[in-house]
Amino acid sequence: MNGTLTTGDIGGATALGSIAATEKTVFDHIHSWLVTVDHKRLGLMYIIYALVFFVVAGLEATLIRIQLAAPNNHFLSPQVFNQLFTMHGTTMVFLVGMPMIFGFANYLVPLMIGARDLAFPRLNAFGFWLSVFGGLLLYFSFIGGEGMAGAGSAPDVGWFAYAPLTGKAFSKGHSTDYWILGIMIGGFGSISTAANIITTIFCMRCRGMTLAKMPLLAWLNLIMCGMVLIVVSPLTAAQIMLLLDRFVGSHFFDTQAGGSATLWMHFFWIFGHPEVYVLMIPAFAFASEIIPVFSRKAIFGYPVMVGATLAIGFVSLSVWAHHMFTIGMTSTGNTFFAISTMMVGIPTGIKIFNWLGTMWGGKLRFDTPMLFSTAFLFQFLIAGLTGIMLAAAPFNWQLNDSYFVIAHFHFVLVGALIFMIFAAVYYWFPKATGRLLSERLGKWHFWLFLIGFHMTFDTMHIPGILGMPRRIYTYEAGRGWGIWNLVCTIGVAFQIIGTLIFVINILLSLRKGRPAGNDPWDAWTLEWSTSSPPPEYNFAEVPTVKSRRPLWDIKHPSDPDWKYE
Amino acid sequence: MKSVPGTLPKLDLISCPKSREAGTTYSRTGARLTRSVGRASLLIYWLVSLILVQQGAFAAEKTDSALVPSIFAPESAPAHDISHLAGFVLVITAAIFIVVAGLLVYAVVRFRRRANDDEIEPAQVYGSGPVETAWTTVPFLIVVVLTLTTARVIQQVQDARKPAAALDVQVIGHQWWWEIRYPKLGIVTANELHVPVSQGRERLPTFLDLRSADVVHSFWVPRLAGKTDLIPNKVNSMWIEPERTGLFLGQCAKYCGTQHAKMLLRVYVDTPEDFDRWVKEQKQLAENDPAAAAGRLVFERTACINCHAVNGTVGNGRFGPDLTHLMSRATLGSGALTNSLEGLRAWIKSPEQFKPGVLMPAMNLNDADLDKLAAYLATLK
Repeated sequence: MNGTLTTGDIGGATALGSIAATEKTVFDHIHSWLVTVDHKRLGLMYIIYALVFFVVAGLEATLIRIQLAAPNNHFLSPQVFNQLFTMHGTTMVFLVGMPMIFGFANYLVPLMIGARDLAFPRLNAFGFWLSVFGGLLLYFSFIGGEGMAGAGSAPDVGWFAYAPLTGKAFSKGHSTDYWILGIMIGGFGSISTAANIITTIFCMRCRGMTLAKMPLLAWLNLIMCGMVLIVVSPLTAAQIMLLLDRFVGSHFFDTQAGGSATLWMHFFWIFGHPEVYVLMIPAFAFASEIIPVFSRKAIFGYPVMVGATLAIGFVSLSVWAHHMFTIGMTSTGNTFFAISTMMVGIPTGIKIFNWLGTMWGGKLRFDTPMLFSTAFLFQFLIAGLTGIMLAAAPFNWQLNDSYFVIAHFHFVLVGALIFMIFAAVYYWFPKATGRLLSERLGKWHFWLFLIGFHMTFDTMHIPGILGMPRRIYTYEAGRGWGIWNLVCTIGVAFQIIGTLIFVINILLSLRKGRPAGNDPWDAWTLEWSTSSPPPEYNFAEVPTVKSRRPLWDIKHPSDPDWKYE
Repeated sequence: MKSVPGTLPKLDLISCPKSREAGTTYSRTGARLTRSVGRASLLIYWLVSLILVQQGAFAAEKTDSALVPSIFAPESAPAHDISHLAGFVLVITAAIFIVVAGLLVYAVVRFRRRANDDEIEPAQVYGSGPVETAWTTVPFLIVVVLTLTTARVIQQVQDARKPAAALDVQVIGHQWWWEIRYPKLGIVTANELHVPVSQGRERLPTFLDLRSADVVHSFWVPRLAGKTDLIPNKVNSMWIEPERTGLFLGQCAKYCGTQHAKMLLRVYVDTPEDFDRWVKEQKQLAENDPAAAAGRLVFERTACINCHAVNGTVGNGRFGPDLTHLMSRATLGSGALTNSLEGLRAWIKSPEQFKPGVLMPAMNLNDADLDKLAAYLATLK
């Protein structure tokens, strides 16, 4: 075994197996999931929770697109339309994006650094159940939002809830309160889980795994969690101020009493922009694991990848006001934020080049995870370039709050993030369940979703250029927007069918999928060295590693990585 | 075939050639699948596109291109500056796209595993200092060029000097309509902005002073300038300098509540003579047609006057649009419906029908009063 990865059987394994086999009722199973503190079970629950809300938010988006398919449409009332886009945005960011990335971090980080669980398993369960409670509270607004004033139901203030529209004077009833509290509680969960993962990575790596030998996924999640600690707090602070405004009559954002509307914008976006990177860095992490394995090459420029991610994390803390180029900042302010925003393009470009460098000269296997990853590279490139356009402040004066922006950030959050989440599900599903997802269905899912995505979101740039603002429930005929909106809406049908195939694939493969074995992709990181699914304690004996690719060393004893690193 | 917990991976790892072989056959079927599924879905895509292109041709016939508020059809100085910058940025980003996407496509085609490939792993390359330096330096240089250009245009538009001849206009955002005031001319109107064209040697820009009465709005007429927000407790400014007469469409760009979609803007760019005539008309007191006196009485004795002003009557409310020269405007309800006698009658009867959520209540007048009131308002030329 070359000493690179020491593994051995332990005596208790068979005994444990027989305990697991004793008879259990359905309630025992449910109970065991409800009280679990196992990072893998919590990770899976996070992911399932996110997938459920992904479907919900997708349905909301579908209703929005039907309403906008033709000018002067009366499918939805303006009130319902406004609630739907608010809930769609809020759900996708806080109830799909965040739980999804924390789910994968939960499941993968301990396995990849050779640990048996997170540092604080109970805190981990606490964070998860807080997120669940926050999500349910937000959705309870559909029933309880009317409050005693009898006005409103679900929140309708937009996902960034600009003041003073959220003040008591303009938002009656309790819809905004549900928005504040639901997100705030989820935020506490995020902060605790981020602290947990940081502690785990710093304190629980297996023998031999120095920071410089850690898989990129662990590095990137470390950076992501550091950012969560920094950026969620301003949002929570602002939400508390807003609650005070709404309940005890303070005037932070109450403009009628001298409060400031721009104060909320600053608070929100110093959270909101880094939040995009909080969501994207885990997507980069998936790409940094999947692309090398399917290219059959080590990641190109490992230290540069870490440095570039740190740079993105750092610079992204000073770009928030590029969301506010139209609020009348001074020309100096506008110039500063234009420059800092364009600077983010440099480390981002470096990352794309390094992934390309990894593929270069490899032997690319296009299994479903790699298909999604390749599409991710293409779409993320476009998202980055439209980002440069939006960073040019004067160009932004035209594009901001138009459908161009909507197209841009859906390229980021769907074209890059959701595509990488699909890739990650196809890649790690066999590890979590012991069975592979069907490649045939995977390919249908990929192509249909890809076509639907491009029909909807390539086209969506155009009405923005033709002057169509975002968040309008209907528009006049004769502005040249109708045809593009129709194409956008038709694309949704493809995405729905693709997603349906994805769900069917999961359900079918859970029962009938091809058995995966420990290492179906011939990969190199530690999670593939244990059984699929891994036992509760992950590794019977904590492994020892000598390089970034411990399984490569075992598979190529004559040419191990540690000789070169 | 669930694996027993605690079984360790020794076996699989040692027999790694086997697992590699399995992986390979798998990926070959995968490649075939990718191709067939890919072809089938591409066919669907082309069919749908074909239908759409034909539909698009139809739609294009019905659209008056002069009224499409495209940011790439500028007719005013700041909009020109922006579209020049936009063109420059587009060229650079298109070049980056072609290079990087080209490399990606090349890599996918050139380096894909082929059916007759051997089982040997490709050469392992861990990185390269010179290459990393190169692809850090080039983007850096591009960013420097872009930031310098951007900074210049920011300054050019935002810090432009205001000529003495410039026209001053105040725009005040309300849920969901625009109050428009010409402080030096003593004119108050709504939703439709009239400005003179800036032609010839003497520049005649219009400087807008932007405020909000309630929530955040945004003034956006794409062919004339970029957008600027109207924020409560803050005075913003922007300017336009139209080079061509005509009607330019825009609307509120910042979500401002239920009827954000129906907060439309019309900017009429007039010849200097037309503009002077418009100013003269707007400065006059409201029409006082004796034939409509009964309607005027209805106006003055109902809640209309709480919100609306008609110069020369007791009505001086400021919550709603000024109606002194109502009939000089083309639309009602900030673009909700066409302004006409019938339109007025229907709107007063039930504003909710045309603009759900609108703050103007239905006035619940009887039919006779409704007719009289609409007839009176229709005289306010």
